[in-house]
Amino acid sequence: VTPPSLHRPNTKREAQAARGPYGRLGQAIGELDDRIGIAKGGRTFLDKIFPDHWSFMLGEIALYSFIILIATGVYLCLYYVPSTAEVVYHGAYLPLRGQRVTEAYASTVNLSFGVRAGLLMRQMHHWAADVFLGAIVIHMARIFFTGAFRKPRELNWTIGMTLLILSLSNGFIGYSLPDDLISGTGIRILYSIVLSIPLVGSYAAFFIFGGNYPGNEIIPRLFIIHVLVLPAILAALIGAHLFLLVRQKHTQFPGKGKTEHNVVGSPMFPTFIAKTTGFFFMVTSVLALLGGLAQINPIWQFGQYRPAKISYAVQPDWYMGWLDGALRIMPSWEFTGFGHTIPFEVFLPAVIFPGIIFTLCFGWPAIERMFTKDTAIHHLLDRPRDRPKRTAAGAAVAALLFTLFGASATDVLANFFHLSLNAVLWGFRVLVIVVPILVGFVTWKICLELQHGGADIGKRKRAMVVTRTAAGEYRAVPSEVRPGDDHHELDAVPVPTLIDLDDGSVEVGAGNTRPDAAGVRRVIR
Amino acid sequence: VSDEGHAARSPLPVATLDDPQLQIAARHPRRVENLIAVAFVLGLLCMGAFGAAFWQNWRPWTLGLTLGGGMLFLGFGLISWGKYLMPRGPFVEERHPLASTEDERDAMSAAIIQRGTVVVRRRGVLGGLLAGGLGLFGLVAAFPLIRSLGPLPKKTLTLTNWKKHSLLVDSNGRPIHRDDLQPGGVVTVFPAGFENDEQTQAVDQTILIRAQTGNLVTEPGRASWAPEGYVAYSKLCTHLGCPVGLYEQELKLLVCPCHQSIFNILDGAVPKFGPAPRPLPQLPLYIDGSGYLRSQTGYDQPVGPGYWERTS
Repeated sequence: VTPPSLHRPNTKREAQAARGPYGRLGQAIGELDDRIGIAKGGRTFLDKIFPDHWSFMLGEIALYSFIILIATGVYLCLYYVPSTAEVVYHGAYLPLRGQRVTEAYASTVNLSFGVRAGLLMRQMHHWAADVFLGAIVIHMARIFFTGAFRKPRELNWTIGMTLLILSLSNGFIGYSLPDDLISGTGIRILYSIVLSIPLVGSYAAFFIFGGNYPGNEIIPRLFIIHVLVLPAILAALIGAHLFLLVRQKHTQFPGKGKTEHNVVGSPMFPTFIAKTTGFFFMVTSVLALLGGLAQINPIWQFGQYRPAKISYAVQPDWYMGWLDGALRIMPSWEFTGFGHTIPFEVFLPAVIFPGIIFTLCFGWPAIERMFTKDTAIHHLLDRPRDRPKRTAAGAAVAALLFTLFGASATDVLANFFHLSLNAVLWGFRVLVIVVPILVGFVTWKICLELQHGGADIGKRKRAMVVTRTAAGEYRAVPSEVRPGDDHHELDAVPVPTLIDLDDGSVEVGAGNTRPDAAGVRRVIR
Repeated sequence: VSDEGHAARSPLPVATLDDPQLQIAARHPRRVENLIAVAFVLGLLCMGAFGAAFWQNWRPWTLGLTLGGGMLFLGFGLISWGKYLMPRGPFVEERHPLASTEDERDAMSAAIIQRGTVVVRRRGVLGGLLAGGLGLFGLVAAFPLIRSLGPLPKKTLTLTNWKKHSLLVDSNGRPIHRDDLQPGGVVTVFPAGFENDEQTQAVDQTILIRAQTGNLVTEPGRASWAPEGYVAYSKLCTHLGCPVGLYEQELKLLVCPCHQSIFNILDGAVPKFGPAPRPLPQLPLYIDGSGYLRSQTGYDQPVGPGYWERTS
């Protein structure tokens, strides 16, 4: 008898048999499972159900933009030089030749014009940042308005808010790196905002900038924060965000068959994997088209940053617009007394105001619980109309931020509409108070109105038959019940599993749910 | 914590062969397969074109179009595959409560408290010493870390390089002669010797305007500050330090392009409008024997935006 350890399969069939019924894959899974025990959890993961509602894609857009940011960012890192040392430009862009510029600026122009696909990568990176933050904000709005932040998901809401703030910061830092005239002005404003903090402002500003403005430290410091510190934290937090998502499972909108105790949708494998990978390609496609066809941040037109130079109609990237607008419409309330100055005209709109907004956002789950006393666990989402007060509050804050965003274009609006700058400014000072109140009130009323409808959502529409009686009277009568009218589009069934049986037939398993009431598993074929 | 999650069953029927929802969504799978194949072939072609564009270093829009098109077609095909040719569902997954049992919770608390009592409470001094040591390390580590980031502000924020008799020069180092500017003319000036350095430019930048031909008195007590209509203000906006670079010649207004603060140069650059809280500091000028502009003294107050240590 040959000892088992010495037995070598000498035919193809024997080799196949040795691998077991699932071949090489089965063998590989077996080997992995022996070592790290992946089979059980892996199977559960393959069965994970993703709700099919479109609004669950918003977070995916953010995630995929982040991946594109990392990929294009690495490309940019290969060529960008984070230094304010001055060099004479000799690159491909003729109007700049012979000018003294910083290495940061020169390398950014060079990677745009002198590097293969450099401009595409740079513009994709910039567009991806704008799309990333847009997706985060809309994703957050969806979470907010549907109450997905409620217990047990408060922690993930907090992580998400942190992601938003860090992404916002990293976006600002990122577009400051080229050291062009517009971004340099942004850094100048950042310096003055830090300076405005009472008591510690000047120390903080000097420590951040390595001395008085501008210094030579800020670009290298922002660079390492932009490419290492914040991306690392973002990546870790995104990991935690997704881990909690899997651990707690998705929320879902209420509907027939959907309860607090299940999730209804498509399984991870194969349906969701296929769709989401395709969606990743789509996001990449949009960013590539934007990056290739839509110019963004043409720094060679703005020129090198010089502290004594300035350009007209300077606006930050869209996600900083609300802060810029707040700075513009703030009255000039500087406090002076007791030998000290508190520049409230800067400190209030640029430090206190975003502090309040972010604190409100972070604290919202707790704030809402204070009013509702609701400590129950929720997996079913609210329809926004069913929580009129929350929806109105959220809409009011969104309206406030949008109005401030508009206010960051006072000069452009005044020019475009041939209005007086004073009138536009005062208009926004009024709007910023009126619009949120109005939007909040109207939203609240609309919610109450909408609550009266919608009982038939998800059901097939019943046709109406309009007839005219002999007397000439018109009547609308519902048609006969047709087959399928009872069917609800949200009806759900368990994940099917195909199990090969010895007799060559295939059994349909009920996935990770139980067999039917009779305990029967039906056989296909 | 209830056990409801286990008890409650989904009211849905279990999948059967006859259940129409087990079928794929496509009514004509063959057609969908063809469509997807076409999309993938187009994607393949686009990616090939992308490769060619990259290899040949064509213009950015060709790169964007080919990469974007390739990804679009591949994405479209893959999504269609998932949407129409895979089991559609919807399927259901039971949700199990995340919470542990009361006993398991108690066991964890008990473990921490009981062992903690043994380890820490009976040896509180040791714990305190350890915490003290680590805390001190933190402080010591934090101090040089933070302190090495930059110098202390001290008086730097109050100082500029404008001194008594500083010669006004433009960014090329050319002195400004009394005949250089016509009324309405503007030039950014620096104290001679400091015009080339970005660091000093950021603080010293001053906007010199010839408002008129005769002497200009912007405020009582500044009778001699603007000889022959030459008036000089710090170019740093008192709001956020942007260069106040727009001069409205007819209305004699300086506008900051960042946040639209507006200053009237005729009355001491008092802010007329916008968020700027203070007038731009004015530099007292005189015209020396050779006809060049010089400063009588430096600025009488810190230039630029407000901060805590600013006394007035």
